[in-house]
Amino acid sequence: MSVTAPSEKPAAAPDLPRARPSRLKVFAEPTTLISLIIIGGFVLMALCAPLIASDPIAISPAERLDGPSGAAPLGRDHLGRDVFARAVYGARVSLSVGFAVAALTTIFGVAIGVYAGMSRVGGALVMRLNDAMMAIPAVLLAIALAALFRAGLLAVIIAITVPEVPRMVRLVRSVVLGVKAQPYVTAAVSVGTSGLALVFRHILPNTLGPVLVQATYACASAIIASAVLSFLGVGTAPETPSWGGMMADARRYFRIHPELMLYPGILLSLLVLAVNILGDRLSDALDPRKLKRGGL
Amino acid sequence: MAYIAGRILAAVPILIIVSVFIFSLVHIAPGDPAVLLAGDNATPQQVSEIRERLHLDEPLPVQFGIWAVKALQLDLGQSIYSGQPVTRLIAQRVEPTLVLGFVTLVLTVAIALPLGIIAAWKANTVVDRAIMGFAVLGFSVPVFAIGYSLVYVFAVELRWFPVQGYKTLANGPLETLRSVALPAFALALVFAALIARVTRAAMLEVLNENHIRTARAKGLGTARILIVHALKSAGVPIITVIGIGLATLIGGVVVTESVFNIPGIGRLTVDAITRRDYPVVQGVILFFSAMLIGVNILVDLSYALFDPRVRG
Repeated sequence: MSVTAPSEKPAAAPDLPRARPSRLKVFAEPTTLISLIIIGGFVLMALCAPLIASDPIAISPAERLDGPSGAAPLGRDHLGRDVFARAVYGARVSLSVGFAVAALTTIFGVAIGVYAGMSRVGGALVMRLNDAMMAIPAVLLAIALAALFRAGLLAVIIAITVPEVPRMVRLVRSVVLGVKAQPYVTAAVSVGTSGLALVFRHILPNTLGPVLVQATYACASAIIASAVLSFLGVGTAPETPSWGGMMADARRYFRIHPELMLYPGILLSLLVLAVNILGDRLSDALDPRKLKRGGL
Repeated sequence: MAYIAGRILAAVPILIIVSVFIFSLVHIAPGDPAVLLAGDNATPQQVSEIRERLHLDEPLPVQFGIWAVKALQLDLGQSIYSGQPVTRLIAQRVEPTLVLGFVTLVLTVAIALPLGIIAAWKANTVVDRAIMGFAVLGFSVPVFAIGYSLVYVFAVELRWFPVQGYKTLANGPLETLRSVALPAFALALVFAALIARVTRAAMLEVLNENHIRTARAKGLGTARILIVHALKSAGVPIITVIGIGLATLIGGVVVTESVFNIPGIGRLTVDAITRRDYPVVQGVILFFSAMLIGVNILVDLSYALFDPRVRG
């Protein structure tokens, strides 16, 4: 920085000591609020499913592919199951997979990432493995794992978490390396702060923001991935109501009953959209560089 | 040259670890790998035959050695379902997948770059918000949902395109294009959403730099500054994300081929998985991973086109 450079602003009233906008302000923005309300709505729907809808598994062959009726407001599928009930219950699979994958990815990703950032030799080794894992297309790996472990919610969660972790590891490690280079960390080391204290006092708090954003994105992509698995027939058991499974069932009747494909598709997209928007808002709030002015 | 050789050499250990991982997939799963590999309807005799043929009673490292040596000779074993060599199955199915992938990539760039550039140019305006809104939507809607919507509108209702299937290049390139148009567009919407976001971010970064102001001061036109000066500087992150995004694209191809009934490698994967045809599953994952690694080497090499510092 040159001292003689003319200041960019004319020396008007000094507006410097303006309070930095609180990061929590992000939760008051309309887009954030709307996406939180949508996600909350889905959670409520999943929790209260038995109160809102009838049995999603009961089949009724006589009423197969019937249109909307009082008992089944969105009609019935090819086995005569209540489409509305299956759509409502379907939120359970999507949300549990989304939240579980986000949580597991965070736990493993942060643990491995911090280790990789702190240990020089071990870190290099971990990152080689990590690069290799990232070289395998995520959806493909998830499909293969899910197929190997056979149908089940837990299998689906594990299958989606495994390819998701390396991304988190890479992110956390880069944050750790960045923080380690900061003068205050060097200072802390020089006054004898132990490695563990360093991690908990200085490193982990700094990873919080990026990890939160990444976990939100992981949640969104896990919801899509679980729908893909169900759609391809390697997800949760076929009778378990899931949006991906509903869409897979609807394929054969697609030309006459496109609405069977439409309902789960809309719910799925709406939920993922809300989670992604939340991720974007968090990311903007935590990274002030994002607010860069563009244009020419 | 040293840079190129270095990049290629760096890929070798990654490919080795990937193959160890793919090899061990069958061994991580609960149960006897021979039983798994033999499939659900195998007799005990068939199981022991497979155990012998694949050396499954040898120690794991020996097994891997045998498998890897064969893989290097392009022998990935035989399909349990059809008995055909996995490499031949892949070779037979490669055309539709490559065509679909290529058309998708072209469409993606054609959609994403202009959108990303315009969004950065008109940053924080209604135009920008609309484009970025479209982008978030693009990667929030699952590709099979987009696929079926397109089929419904353009194939079932308007009848502009075939509903399903693939016409080989032998039928003439136009027929092929028509048959992959909808699946490629469905995939491109998802992929373009990702690329448009990165393009916007990279362009914003560049547009704040001094040389853009200089170009402006010289009196250059907006289009020239955006495309010649800014886009070139923004090239590296954009190319990088195209390389990384390819992993997502491959996942999308697997799903899309099964939506549109295209007999490509993605379809092969899904069929192999539903039939629990593990040698094929392993072969296909290895194929896609090698492709991904290869493309990312090309991406690294292409940096030299955009950034002269890499060349030195």
